[in-house]
Amino acid sequence: MRDTPLSNCERDFLLKAIQETKRLDGRQTYDYRSIKISFGTDYGCCFVDLGKTRIMAQVSCELITPKENRPNEGLIFFNIELSPMASPAFEMGRQSELLVKLNRQLERCLRNSKCIDTESLCVVSGEKVWQIRVDVHLLNHDGNLMDAASIAAIAGLCHFRRPDVGIQGEEVTVYSTEERDPIPLSIYHMPICVSFSFFQQGTYLLVDPCEREERVMDGLLMIAMNKHREICSIQSSGGIMLLKDQVLRCSKIASVKVSEITELINKALENDKKARKTGGKFGFAESLPQERITALKTDVSHVEMSDVKEKANEIVQRAEVPPQTVPSPVLTAPGTGQVGEGLENSWGLEEEEEEEDETVELKMELEEGHEEKGKGDVVVISDSDSEEEDVVILNQVTTKEKASSSNQQGAVASKQQQKKKKKKKRGQ
Amino acid sequence: MGALQQIYFRFCFFFLDFLCHIYCFPYQKCTFTDMLSCFKDKVGDVLLPGDVFSFQMPESITDSKPEKVVCGPGLRRNGDEVLVCKSGILRHKQPNLYWIDSQQRRYVPGKGESVIGIITAKSGDIFKVDVGGSEQASLSYLAFEGATKRNRPNVQVGDLVYSQFIIANKDMEPELVCIDSCGRANGMGVFGAGGLLFKVSLGLVRRLLAPQSEIAKDLEKMFPFEIVVGMNGRVWVKSKTIQQTLIVANLLESCENMTAQQRQTLFRRVADGSI
Repeated sequence: MRDTPLSNCERDFLLKAIQETKRLDGRQTYDYRSIKISFGTDYGCCFVDLGKTRIMAQVSCELITPKENRPNEGLIFFNIELSPMASPAFEMGRQSELLVKLNRQLERCLRNSKCIDTESLCVVSGEKVWQIRVDVHLLNHDGNLMDAASIAAIAGLCHFRRPDVGIQGEEVTVYSTEERDPIPLSIYHMPICVSFSFFQQGTYLLVDPCEREERVMDGLLMIAMNKHREICSIQSSGGIMLLKDQVLRCSKIASVKVSEITELINKALENDKKARKTGGKFGFAESLPQERITALKTDVSHVEMSDVKEKANEIVQRAEVPPQTVPSPVLTAPGTGQVGEGLENSWGLEEEEEEEDETVELKMELEEGHEEKGKGDVVVISDSDSEEEDVVILNQVTTKEKASSSNQQGAVASKQQQKKKKKKKRGQ
Repeated sequence: MGALQQIYFRFCFFFLDFLCHIYCFPYQKCTFTDMLSCFKDKVGDVLLPGDVFSFQMPESITDSKPEKVVCGPGLRRNGDEVLVCKSGILRHKQPNLYWIDSQQRRYVPGKGESVIGIITAKSGDIFKVDVGGSEQASLSYLAFEGATKRNRPNVQVGDLVYSQFIIANKDMEPELVCIDSCGRANGMGVFGAGGLLFKVSLGLVRRLLAPQSEIAKDLEKMFPFEIVVGMNGRVWVKSKTIQQTLIVANLLESCENMTAQQRQTLFRRVADGSI
């Protein structure tokens, strides 16, 4: 779909209004729209509302081999996507100029400023490092995408927790969220972009332009700063000429805005942490206000009850006889068994019973202790009829519990549980 | 089950954009007035797409004569059933007109509706106009008052035009004209120098254009201004100063979801100058 074109009268009106320092929504020249930051249920999922502009960022991680010339450093990958639901001008799958520009700016702002400690992402030097991936999705476009994207990305990175890793000699164990608490990334500082739009060849300046102001502007200046007043990146687009004192003035305004926004992000992170600790409700669903326009409403319906008893009896009599269940298995011929129709499964019945007893005892042992890896005590049963490729039963004689890492232990326990379930099903 | 059922049906009438007449025969036990009264109970209730009213031809037709019920937008007839296809409030107008009053922002061109369009291109003998629908409409050079082949109208790309649809269906490209059937402009044509154009929902626009519009009356008391309202949700406002224009525009955008009470309070506050 095509975007609505800008009419001449709108353009004239906007420029005239800016000359009188009036904005469409009544803001002052240096005012931001209201920013709202909320987090989702996953760690690393962040929604940012900048007025009507809405952006979602999601941070995730995985283990990969590092680059050859930097074996000690982890990798960070940024990706911005302009969803077609944001504006009729965006089409899925087409790389527009705006998209490339936004991607480059976000990378420059967050990667080149070294705000994340990449060396802490190293697990095994030269072999395994963490790759952090930041996906930013634009949900609604009402101007000033860069600011909202940078706020969402940095808030998501601060909120994200990566799985804990344990190294013992040669072995590396990645613990899941249930085993050990995930740990946050080490972030040195929070760079945030602030956008300035210029009109009438640089005479007039507006902070945080909305979509219509962006259409009539001459040029855009983007300054990325952190709250320690360090500039991380500056970009000027549109080809306007700016004077030195204009740029200095913009940087001063930017430092004020950045400190306000950083405080807002920290507060939002605090609230989320508190809500998670106290067990309160958190996540995206809770951040939306509930507005009901219509509850489940049905009309009064009268049900005739006079002949219910006779009808019920009729139905019961006419119903089919339920299938008969046989308590003991039926072996019609050697080597065959009857399965289903309420009869017991006779395949490998005796073996299953023995194994079941063993595994019940083993499970209790395993649940008690902590383990080290030991392969010598493992017995492999090759003629079992279970569907798993190899069934591993741990030796129950030795008192010292031998089990491998928690993953294998979990797998064995789950195999036992599956067998138990199968047994129960057959028995019914 | 063919047995007697004493269950009340909810009746929803569905119609396409054209008017459709339904002859309602009374169902066995229900009389016609009964059904209509169920229907009348629903006037003012919120109905959702998927609600069905089914009329079944009864075995015996009683002697009450069939009545015509006229259905408006949001209702659709499907054989013997009437389906609601838009969510909204069921409205009624005497003597027998029912329709669903729905709220949406996307405009679908309809014949005879007056809209505000933006000229996007000049090509050959026609202008291409963006009206906010899925397709751009075409407007001929000659469809202006006093326009001839030699005397072309003074229209540039990016101008606003207030015009009417003469062709607007889903199978053809929509067409606009800026004259009425007698050849007079009647308020239509190019306009817009100095004002502000903004977009609101279609429901608000219909409320503004209603004959006894309360919103319009409340607005008039504020200060003098010019306003052009297009049925495609676009509104153009011009007042003496830019500040006043901005005030009117923001007021209209914000009074969409307000009750009459809240709106009047807001307008009074603005008139007192506190905002």
